[in-house]
Amino acid sequence: MAILVNKDTKVVVQGITGKEGSFHAKQCKEYGTKIVAGVTPGKGGMEVEGIPVFNTVKEAVEETGANCSLIFVPAPFAPDAIVEALDNGIELVVCITEGIPVKDMMLVKDYMVKNYPNAKLIGPNCPGVITPGEAKVGIMPGHIFKRGKIGIVSRSGTLTYEAAYQLTQRGLGQSTAVGIGGDPVHGLTHRDVIELFNKDPETEAILMIGEIGGTEEEEAAEYIEKEVDKPVFAYIAGITAPPGKRMGHAGAIITGGKGTAKAKMEALEKAGAYVIENPAKIGETVYRILKVLEKEEEERTYDAE
Amino acid sequence: MKLHEHQAKEIFAKYGIPVPEGKVAFTVKEAKEVAEELGEFPLVVKAQVHCGGRGKAGGVKLVNSIDELEEVVSKLLGKVLKTFQCPEGKPVNRVLIEKATPIDKEYYLAITLDRSRSKPVIMVSAAGGMEIEEIVKENPEAIKIEPIDPELGLMPYQARELAFELGLPVKEFTSIATKLYRIYSELDASLVEINPLVLTKDGSLVALDAKLDVDDNALFRQKELEEMEDESQIPPLEAEAKKYGLNYIKLSGNIGCMVNGAGLAMATMDIIKLAGGEPANFLDVGGGANVEQIANAFRILTADPDVKAVFINIFGGILRVDRLAQGLIEASKVVELKVPVVVRLEGTNVEEGMRLLKESGLNFITAKDMWEGAKKAVELANRGG
Repeated sequence: MAILVNKDTKVVVQGITGKEGSFHAKQCKEYGTKIVAGVTPGKGGMEVEGIPVFNTVKEAVEETGANCSLIFVPAPFAPDAIVEALDNGIELVVCITEGIPVKDMMLVKDYMVKNYPNAKLIGPNCPGVITPGEAKVGIMPGHIFKRGKIGIVSRSGTLTYEAAYQLTQRGLGQSTAVGIGGDPVHGLTHRDVIELFNKDPETEAILMIGEIGGTEEEEAAEYIEKEVDKPVFAYIAGITAPPGKRMGHAGAIITGGKGTAKAKMEALEKAGAYVIENPAKIGETVYRILKVLEKEEEERTYDAE
Repeated sequence: MKLHEHQAKEIFAKYGIPVPEGKVAFTVKEAKEVAEELGEFPLVVKAQVHCGGRGKAGGVKLVNSIDELEEVVSKLLGKVLKTFQCPEGKPVNRVLIEKATPIDKEYYLAITLDRSRSKPVIMVSAAGGMEIEEIVKENPEAIKIEPIDPELGLMPYQARELAFELGLPVKEFTSIATKLYRIYSELDASLVEINPLVLTKDGSLVALDAKLDVDDNALFRQKELEEMEDESQIPPLEAEAKKYGLNYIKLSGNIGCMVNGAGLAMATMDIIKLAGGEPANFLDVGGGANVEQIANAFRILTADPDVKAVFINIFGGILRVDRLAQGLIEASKVVELKVPVVVRLEGTNVEEGMRLLKESGLNFITAKDMWEGAKKAVELANRGG
């Protein structure tokens, strides 16, 4: 099962003839992802790494049946690319592009909510999504992931890799890992992805990696408290970040006393999540607590018998 | 990107938002000329710096004569103004000179993005003159927030409702609010703020202060605004880092951090604190660090005299660790390292990377994970300091 992408997902890469686009299209393909098409206006008829290139998403969808788009188009043109994908019936759009103006994303998201309430957008400014062993639709290093039962959702790229690597080293695999991106306006939120994991039978535990800024982690906490019985682990980056400074990601900024790591950690703890303070001990903590929970479950089953 | 108050006011005036009559001056001579042009006293002299809390720090002065003006301006120009909001201070290289406005009441008005709605919001309060943080803290009810449809923009009825509720002159307020939204939208602002928006004794509204922050991602299509940036307001090392595509923020501790990725950079700062230390900076070399970036990062880190130890924490993903290690080795040939360096590398081809570092003969201290690296860096920094 897993969520969002699997071995049947047919991906079209928008901006495939660019440096990033061609490099990562190849990487994704080598990982085993079904990369069925590429799009670059004016380059139709070409091939990149054996992938046919089309002039428009429309053609690519008609010819190949692509249902997912991976976008590497430069920031000034990326909003156009997202809307082109949506208008051609793409259900899942993964936008890697960094540096899209907030105003454009606001309009794109508004358009999407009004016209395609069932379509999903991941990013922009994100590493993408991976279901280990089935499909990698993004720029993450595939080999640090391992198929398993833990769902990861994160705002940050390298921190996702760090966490996945720590889990993998402990023998804990992942159902799917989703990098939702570091921009203030983006597609799927922490809450949205946690809801998907909650409904996915393969996912048995959830690891959420948040950071300072905004209130998404608090909104996720509300949902966790109400709806999630699976164990949830959370790490929030930026407890030492000073207010008013943008910490790399456009979204990672503490403003108006809102969005502090402390407030997020408290909300998550209250919701019953296991909050991890030391980013070097994510793997260890998840491993230890899952062991304890497993033992408790065994005892309960044993008692019931 | 931030603009100065005088720049924001010039833009406001262009859009038809009333601002006090005044002009910017870079020298005492210019200031006197502006005063003559304005032709009356008292006048207000306002230091132009990118930080709040100027008034309390002596950055805003009322002057009653040309002599007083000369004295105040010559004291302000060239000074580093330190306020409670930026204790490190910002240099004053220009002042705004304005006619004094007779104030009846002060309001707060701003438009910014509400992230949880993914929409802009207009915020109005009768508690003007205060910092928005303080207004929210003291009485969250005192601030009225109205979401704006990004497609339609601010509808006049929304402004009217707010004006009636707060007892503001309806026509004038609606005009100011809709113009402010046009500025927000047309100039790709991340924040437009009038604090205070003043109701004068004769019943009209004036923007006594003006703030305009621009979305950095939109600067490619806001060239005019980009050119208005006053680089003296950015700390020199931060400005230099920006040139090389590095993201650097100076902090108060003594451990320099070199990290790839914003999330991992924040996590590294946190783990240093957990290990009992204080980070001297946030330095992100980006997802795909190369030799040149690493060399520049080294240079910037070691240019800060507060740095007593360096902690390099890099997760090699697509970019292989062995290549990163080569980068470090190359970079340390170019930049002399006077402080101990702790290295923690992880990810693709890590064994090969660590072997290269060991054989390089460089005096790097290696750590097997983030936690060990942080502890070692803290210990070395404290010993060195």
